[in-house]
Amino acid sequence: MQISMTVNGNEVTSDIEPRVLLVHYIREVLGLTGTHWGCDTSNCGTCVVLMDGQPVKSCTVLAAMAAGHDIRTVEGLASGATLDPVQQGFMEEHGLQCGFCTPGMMLTARALLDKNPHPDTTEIRQAISGQICRCTGYATIVRSVQWAAAHPAGGDTDATVDEVIDGTDTVIEDLPAEIAETADNEVKA
Amino acid sequence: MTIIHERPSNPAAGDEDRPIGYGRIQRKEDPRFVRGKGNYLDDIVLPGMLHGAILRAPVAHARLVSIDTTNALAHPKVLAVITGKDLLGLKLAWAPTLSADVQAVLVTDKVRFQGQEVAFVVAEDRYAARDALELIDVEYDVLPPVIDARKALDADAPVIRDEIEGKTDNHIFDWEIGDKAETEAVFASADVVVSQEMVYPRVHPAPMETCGAIADFDAVDGKLTLYETTQAPHAHRTLFAIVAGIPEHKIRVVSPDIGGGFGNKVGIYPGYILAVVGSIVTGKPVKWVEDRSENLMSTSFARDYIMQGEIAATRDGKILAVRTNVLADHGAFNATAQPTKNPAGFFSIFTGSYDLKAAYCSVTGVYTNKAPGGVAYACSFRVTEAVYLVERMVDILARKLEMDPAELRLKNFIKPEQFPYANKTGWVYDSGNYEPAMRLSMQLAGYDELRREQREKRERGELMGIGISFFTETVGAGPRKHFDIVGLGMADGAELRVHPTGRAVVRLSVQSQGQGHETTFAQIVAEELGIPPEDIDVVHGDTDQTPFGLGTYGSRSTPVSGGAVALVARKVREKAKLIAAAMLETRPEDLEWEKGRWFVKGDPGAGKTISEIAMAAHGTMTLPEGVDGNLDAEITYDPPNLTFPFGAYICVVDIDPGTGHVKVRRFIAVDDCGTRINPMIIEGQVHGGLTDGVGMALMEIIEFDADGNCLGGSFMDYLIPTAMEVPDWETGFTITPSPHHPIGAKGIGESATVGSPPAIVNAVVDALAPYGVVHMDMPCTPARVWAAMQGRARPPI
Repeated sequence: MQISMTVNGNEVTSDIEPRVLLVHYIREVLGLTGTHWGCDTSNCGTCVVLMDGQPVKSCTVLAAMAAGHDIRTVEGLASGATLDPVQQGFMEEHGLQCGFCTPGMMLTARALLDKNPHPDTTEIRQAISGQICRCTGYATIVRSVQWAAAHPAGGDTDATVDEVIDGTDTVIEDLPAEIAETADNEVKA
Repeated sequence: MTIIHERPSNPAAGDEDRPIGYGRIQRKEDPRFVRGKGNYLDDIVLPGMLHGAILRAPVAHARLVSIDTTNALAHPKVLAVITGKDLLGLKLAWAPTLSADVQAVLVTDKVRFQGQEVAFVVAEDRYAARDALELIDVEYDVLPPVIDARKALDADAPVIRDEIEGKTDNHIFDWEIGDKAETEAVFASADVVVSQEMVYPRVHPAPMETCGAIADFDAVDGKLTLYETTQAPHAHRTLFAIVAGIPEHKIRVVSPDIGGGFGNKVGIYPGYILAVVGSIVTGKPVKWVEDRSENLMSTSFARDYIMQGEIAATRDGKILAVRTNVLADHGAFNATAQPTKNPAGFFSIFTGSYDLKAAYCSVTGVYTNKAPGGVAYACSFRVTEAVYLVERMVDILARKLEMDPAELRLKNFIKPEQFPYANKTGWVYDSGNYEPAMRLSMQLAGYDELRREQREKRERGELMGIGISFFTETVGAGPRKHFDIVGLGMADGAELRVHPTGRAVVRLSVQSQGQGHETTFAQIVAEELGIPPEDIDVVHGDTDQTPFGLGTYGSRSTPVSGGAVALVARKVREKAKLIAAAMLETRPEDLEWEKGRWFVKGDPGAGKTISEIAMAAHGTMTLPEGVDGNLDAEITYDPPNLTFPFGAYICVVDIDPGTGHVKVRRFIAVDDCGTRINPMIIEGQVHGGLTDGVGMALMEIIEFDADGNCLGGSFMDYLIPTAMEVPDWETGFTITPSPHHPIGAKGIGESATVGSPPAIVNAVVDALAPYGVVHMDMPCTPARVWAAMQGRARPPI
């Protein structure tokens, strides 16, 4: 059957088998491999894309059902060299490790911020609760979305590794003297 | 109050302020991942590529009567259907495992677990390959299965591995360590002895990306290019040479971006071998990617230890000895991924963080009609099971002695001056300073205040629990003389090249599955040579481009390859010194190093940067005798000992007495991994492991019914924490460098997965103390907690 839809602003038309899943259509017909697949049961959410601005699990949508709709994938998040604030937030706050769930997480975050520019942490956690991340423990994803909310215009456009954060991470102040002394105690060989 | 905060970012940092060396910098791999430009196995498309699919057994134990592939072969898009009989002809029906056993690639005689591989279809596309599976007719003669490991050695138990000549039972191995008689003597004279049976249930690493392979065999030059989801590309190359009989120089293993591993991607699965066979048979590249049910039902599970723990102490709380007897369920084939001499992995670290007089354990491994595996899921070769055992036993002892569990631990820690500490099972702990970590954790938690709150809540009938775990890991195997995987010594190579313009490339044998190797290893070179991390490219995951090494698992990348990278950079630095001396017309011994530059002692203006030296090395100057015209070096690092990271974890839970639902309210993790390279990455590793801990302690289990049906075969049944089940983690750290590691680093990848489950279970049991609950097996699901509150061990069925 022939279907047409808009993907990242581009009109696409294809002849497909009616049973083809949207995730396979995006990945294998359109070659947009930033959308991933992770389970058979619509539980993991690594395949999330935006359909008319709403997050959907593209493993549970037939490509035919997306005909006539507007699809946005991770490849459509940045505009040119300028990253979406969500993409930059994930880099700033270590919201990703292996990167496999990341496209789906970022698209859900984008949809959340479009609807609610200043979500609290509970709202962020609820928004991504249909998606699984096996690496990060979610706290840094929450912080990444908060970073994006705090920087709606993004940061310094296309962030690269040149853009670094000074110093080390967590510093603990006001330790009792006996712990402060021993905490950095080096054991000699 | 204690304030924990991030140091402010400094976007205005100029070129001269770019950090070189250790510290929080953004990851070099992130720009491609946030753009959806990662390159995972299933993203790779080769010209003319075909797709494979595996037909799997629907039952756990059955004789294979017949397979009829006629209809599948008649499918217009099917190119080949491969069965066990075909593989027998190729001598590929059975493949060696990582534990000196064999595993069936395809069933030839008998099905031994549900989900086992029966036939392989190669077709033009993914959907057609799946369609054709439905067209294969298989007849099975179902046999009674062995499901309960406790019954595996019964005289009347069906023999699973009857293909092994003379095999009349399901016994795999017996292994023991420690002084049995000495331990018995200590137990016999102890004031207090407590014992507890505990089950560390079968769980699964379940990375978000399932396992897969693309085999591309070139019949003309006989070269196999194998793209695989593998954590150990070099070891796989050698194993494929042995298994498939392809000369090793004709095999290239490529491990692209990996969507999480956690030990799931260490072994060689039948699907990988079948992709190779499919490519040889069809003459085209063949891709095979498993689905989630295949991943959960057939690839390496983790744990499945039934442990009888005993602990002996004086009346005033001096722990004297720990003893344990373990029944290990290894499934239908002994395919655990662990060093050859360690059939129970590193379980012998069950002596924990305590100064003991004696310790002993025995482990018996058995076959059952379940999927093979056992060592996976960030367990550090079964340190997870060991830490769980000792940390539960210490808590049970504290209850018996009516002592605070924190106080009992503090009283028994190995003291800083006792390091290096030889424990009673043969380990030499390299360094440790446990009390500051414990006290910091208690301070961050507000421990005394939490206990006060708990007392008040108990009076009101509310269930709040506080759980502690203090763990010591043993990670970073080798040394190679003690540790090998199928005969390959556990040492790692590294190669470093500094290009003429001073930019560098470092080549590694290990492969990242999300740990940020491209950043961390660049930072190590940066620290040693003074080149900014962004000017250093990290190459990994391709055996044609990288030196030999054993791979990423058991938290060994930083302890082993990190050491290799530091030393290879120092080798380059020494070579640079010789060249700089020639450039400056002075003697090498007159030069002094500051980050990035050799200069003449007492004359700081006279010096040469690494960049200048690199250009000179590749230029026209006359080099000192014995110095090649480059600034390159290579090394293989054989670590002198393992490293012993440790940590102090405190978990606070609230339990709904009406439903038994456990809510993790707070989790405080203080980790000591020695020298810290990138604190952001370290924190990320800890967060991920803590989430694994919540999963294992409260949600995750692969169970089987009496017929051997897997009850955890999808994410509908195998529950993994989402953002709603985990708290905002609270972390802190101490730093006790490893004395033998080149940069003092110890590894962090698995600490939190190892350390967190006992903290959570200890908190649950603590909350249920008013109900007389002394122990609960994981996962502490609402049904199990509710049943425990009714005085039952398990929920009524």
